[in-house]
Formats: sequence, structure tokens, C-alpha cells
Amino acid sequence: MDEEVHVAAPVKRSLGGWLLIAMPYLWLLIFFLAPFLIVFKISLSEVAIAIPPYLPTFDFSEGWETFRENLSSFSLENYIWLTEDALYWKSYLSSVIIAATSTVLTLLIGYPIAYGMARSPQSWRPTLLMLVILPFWTSFLIRVYAWIGILKNEGLLNQLLLSLGLIDEPLVILNTNIAVYIGIVYSYLPFLVLPLYASLEKLDGSLLEAAEDLGCPPWKAFWKVTLPLSIPGMIAGCFLVFIPAVGEFVIPDLLGGSDTLMIGKTLWVEFFNNRDWPVSSAVAVILLMILVIPIVLFQNQQQKMAEKNG
Amino acid sequence: MAKKSVGPVRREFTPWENPDHPPFIEFRNVSKKFGDFTAVRNLSLKIYEREFFALLGGSGCGKTTLMRMLAGFETPTSGQIFLDGQDLAGIPPYRRPSNMMFQSYALFPHMSVEKNIAFGLKQDKLPQAEIDDRVAEMLRLTKLEQFAKRKPHQLSGGQRQRVALARSLAKRPKVLLLDEPLGALDRKLREETQFELMNLQEELKMTFLIVTHDQEEAMTVADRIAVMDKGELIQVATPSEIYEAPNSIYVADFIGDVNLIEATVSEVSEDGTKLHSTGEGFLIESSQTTEAAPGDKVWYAIRPEKVRIAKGQGDAGAFNQVTGIVWDIGYLGDVSIIHAKVGADNRDILRATFANVSRMVEDPITWDEDVVLSFDRDAGVILTR
Repeated sequence: MDEEVHVAAPVKRSLGGWLLIAMPYLWLLIFFLAPFLIVFKISLSEVAIAIPPYLPTFDFSEGWETFRENLSSFSLENYIWLTEDALYWKSYLSSVIIAATSTVLTLLIGYPIAYGMARSPQSWRPTLLMLVILPFWTSFLIRVYAWIGILKNEGLLNQLLLSLGLIDEPLVILNTNIAVYIGIVYSYLPFLVLPLYASLEKLDGSLLEAAEDLGCPPWKAFWKVTLPLSIPGMIAGCFLVFIPAVGEFVIPDLLGGSDTLMIGKTLWVEFFNNRDWPVSSAVAVILLMILVIPIVLFQNQQQKMAEKNG
Repeated sequence: MAKKSVGPVRREFTPWENPDHPPFIEFRNVSKKFGDFTAVRNLSLKIYEREFFALLGGSGCGKTTLMRMLAGFETPTSGQIFLDGQDLAGIPPYRRPSNMMFQSYALFPHMSVEKNIAFGLKQDKLPQAEIDDRVAEMLRLTKLEQFAKRKPHQLSGGQRQRVALARSLAKRPKVLLLDEPLGALDRKLREETQFELMNLQEELKMTFLIVTHDQEEAMTVADRIAVMDKGELIQVATPSEIYEAPNSIYVADFIGDVNLIEATVSEVSEDGTKLHSTGEGFLIESSQTTEAAPGDKVWYAIRPEKVRIAKGQGDAGAFNQVTGIVWDIGYLGDVSIIHAKVGADNRDILRATFANVSRMVEDPITWDEDVVLSFDRDAGVILTR
């Protein structure tokens, strides 16, 4: 580890070197920070019947004085509004719960898949990997739509179960939270399987042999060696599922019922149905804040891992 | 005349010379096939309690497969393996009384040094106090006390090697299996560790089985060496016998440096054998008796350090000497090696080495000089295969 410290000694960079480093920052500035600041600014504004539907708008032709006036009209009113109406915090809470539950379900299903892939003969692995990635070749929206055909009362699943005689009347799955779980688990499974597979695949097989040699039966060696060593992959995969699932809109909208409360849907209604840009912007800013916490945790963990492996 | 022995004697430990001595580990007609490939071919071998035994051979000779079958990671295609009288067939690795030190060390990266060492003891559900004692003992034995809390990635290669050794010794296995244990160490550390291993084995009174491709390592540590090739045992003997009395060209050539001289047997008697070298045309008289008959083609193997070299011309027709011209000189510090061209048309090269016993040399041998190469009756070995 000491050697790394020496490598990190100050390096003289050329102009090209600086440009290369500036690229990702520039990217973040243009495509993340700037839009965020615009959204944040709107969230501090007031709703109005105008185009765009909020006040104040900045028009720099009107001079410095007007600009300062506009600035002073900013208020946190929309954020206060979010705390007053139970709908919002219930949406946030419900989103986090649904995302967390789906993440756990995805992990339970994804772990055996990743483990099976990592333990399969070397020659099969590229094919299996391809199969995991294959669904991405079809539009996400179409794949979620396809689930309606499977889950609806007279859908494929119910027809199959009825014909097998397992049930007497169709199961009501579509337009319930169960359908949302199915949709999220299905859609985000590859995001969990891929990092998990990567960490399981590089696991040194001789570690398991060593465990066995020291008196540990194979099933116990899994708990003592494989599982702890795949934690980084599990964490990475879970974050990749949890973070987008919290803000998910398409799946709860298409598969969920009227009582499925998710912040993505609330945001949509606020924005398109109520045309209240400032409040929906505030909803988005709060959502980002909620997500920043796990993202920072995730980053920290990744860094720790990188240092450890270095 | 004092009794002659092959090489130096390390310790009085020769159970293999007594046919009634029960073996501790026995391979009985063991074969192992991987598809079409035969890794081990109908091999039988006895290893004795408290022996330090080495399996030596090039890559793919089957030595590692043989060890893995003993550890239980491979199942023999046919044949039986016994350990301390017990047939190991059907016993999974986690119930075998052997422990292995892996070539890659296979240390658990998520556990500290002491947790690694305690791992096997915990599987045996020993009381915690005993585990702690045993771990402390192993840490002391391998001089790792101050690294107990560290994780494997915070250790140097040599320290990791010692952790792996401590972990495999902690359960006090009936036999310790060492799979190329020193392969990843640099030369100096490797030599030190070889002697440490020997002392450890002596101190713990355990049976060690080492797999290595490094002949020096095998010769240093082992009581006996099995030289393997293509899944078969070529020779099983003490290091000095392997070196001084190889049973075949393969062994003579594999271990150390050797001059192989093609020769024809001219006279066989109880007193020894007389040969006539085919290429170089000189006469050899050996104290060795051989089964070969006059007229048979044999090989005379002689180690370079057993060839004396001096300036001048030899007597034509004398035994065990030949005249040559110095072709190449290699100075290695401790020894020098001379390649001399010998024979009628100076085609063949004979190698001789000598120790550089003094810093100053008067009138040194140099290139293109006439030299006479000579050797004793006991110096070389007649090989028929």
C-alpha cells in the first residue's frame, strides 16, 4: 500500500492532460449541475398562468435592478407546501419501501443467477452473459407493456394456472403492488446480476478448496467465504436497482393500481395534470436529496473497496 | 578402507529400507485420467511416518494431481490411497486428516491473519481457549506475532507464505501437503525458508509431502524424492542417490548438470566395467558392475564437478582420461565451468567444473588451450536406459 502513496506524488500535467481531466467535470456541469440549478430555481418560484407557467422568469434585457427584485421574490413556499400535504411524504415513503422491497427480491432472485453463471463452464459464460443483456435490445416501455399481457385477469399467467387446475378463478395481479414488484424485479435484474457476477467470477476457486481442506463442508464454505467476498458486488448491484427504482414512473403507472403510491407518479400528476411546475420541481429536488444519501454511501463503499484491492 | 556411502548422510531415518515397516501413506496402483489424458498411470508409492517426501517433476508430470488425490480434491480413476491404515476412498476433503498449503496460499482476504489461522480449528468446534492457544503457538512458530491483526493484503509475499503455512499446520494434520510452497518467493528467501521448513518438520515430528518442480528445493528439504514423468515414477530415492546414482538418463539429465557419454561395453567383471566411448574414442573404467553384456550400447553419465581438468596432453590409451581443447569458460563466482572439445575431430563437448578455492590463480587455463580431462573409477554412472 505504501507504494501507492509514492505513485500519487504530484505529477506535472500538460495542457492535454488538464483537458482530459476537465472532460468529465464539464460533462457533469452541462448535463447535471446546470439542469439541476434550473429545476432548483423553478422550485423556488411561484406558479402562474403564463408560458412558462411560473414567476419570476429572468430576462436579462431588463437590467440589474429587475434581476435583484426577482431574486428577492424567491421563497421556500413550495417546500413548506410539500410538508403540509400528507400525499407527498406518503409517496416518498411508499416509493422507498417499494424500491427497497423490490431490491431485496431482486437480490434473492439475482444471486442464484449470478452464482450459477460464475460457476458454469468457462465456455458457457459469454452466452449466459449475452442472455442477461439480451432484454435491453427491446424498448423498456414495450417490455413493461408485455407484462400487462401476462399479468392481466385473462392474461397468459392466469390462463396457464387455470388450465393446470391450480386455481379456480383468475388471480388479480395487474394494477396491484405485486405487479409493480414483478415489473421492477424483471426490469432491473440485469443491473444486479452483472456486478454480482463480476465479483463472484473473480473469486479464487482455491479459497473454497482451502476452506474445504480445513474442515469446512461446501455449503458452509459458501457462507464463510463466497458470501462475504461477494458483498461488494451485492452492494453495487443493490444500489443500481434501488436508486432508479425509487424514482420509477413507467412501471407503477402501467402495472400498478390507483392505490400504488410512488413519487414518480405523483411528480407526473403534479407536472402534467396540475401544470404546477414549481411544486413538481420541489418534489424532484427532495427526491434527489433522498437519493444522494445512498449514492454517497455507495461511493464511499466503492472507494474503500478500491483502496483495499489496490 | 572405510565404508563408502553415496553423498552426505543427513539423519538416521531410513524406514524404507525395512520392508516390514508399515507405510503411513500408500498409493496402490493409482491411476487418474482426465478425458483422454492420463495424468497418473498405475502408480504405487509408500511414504513413511515423519518423512519429508518430495514429488519432483516438470509441469504436467502428474505430481500435483497425485497430491490433490491425497487431499481429496480429485478422485482416482482406479486404485486406492491409504493414510495411516485408512482407505481414503469416498472421504470428502473436509473430513481428511491432511491439510494443504496452496501454491497461491489461498488466504481468506476478508479475514485477519489470526482468523485465517483459526479457521480450521473453528470448524472442529474446539473450545475458544484452545483455539486461542493454538493460534498463538502458530503465530510464534512462524514469527507472525506482530501481524496477527493484519489482513492478507497488508502483508509481504514472505509473510503471506508463513500465514499459509501456519494455517495449514494449525490443525496438526497427520500429513502436511505443500503445493509448490516457495514458488512465489525470491531466491534468498526461498533458501532460508527451505531450512525453516526442515526445522519445523523436525520439531513438529510430522509427515510432510511437498510438490515442486525445483530440484534444489526438493534436494534440500526432502528425505526422499520421487522423480515423476508422464504420470509415472521414474526413481524414488534419497537426494544423494538421485544425484549420484540416477537410474536413468531422464533422472540424470533432470537433476543437475551432467555429461552423457555414449559408450560400448568392452569388458564386464566383478571388479567393474570397462567401456569404450563411441564418439570421443576414449577408454572408461568404472567400479560399477552392470547387467549389460560386452558389445551393448550404454550411457556413461558423469557430473561436471567430478571431471578434473589440467593443462597438457593425456596419455593415449590410458583409462578415464581424454585430451581436449578449451572451448568456453564460464565464471560463476563460486565455481567455474569449462567446456572442452574432445574426441578425434574435437566434435564433442565435455563439461568440467571446479571450485574457485582461491582468489588468485597462477597460470590460469584459457581458451584454445590443450587440457587433459580425467576422472575416478567411482565418478560416473553407467546407464542402460
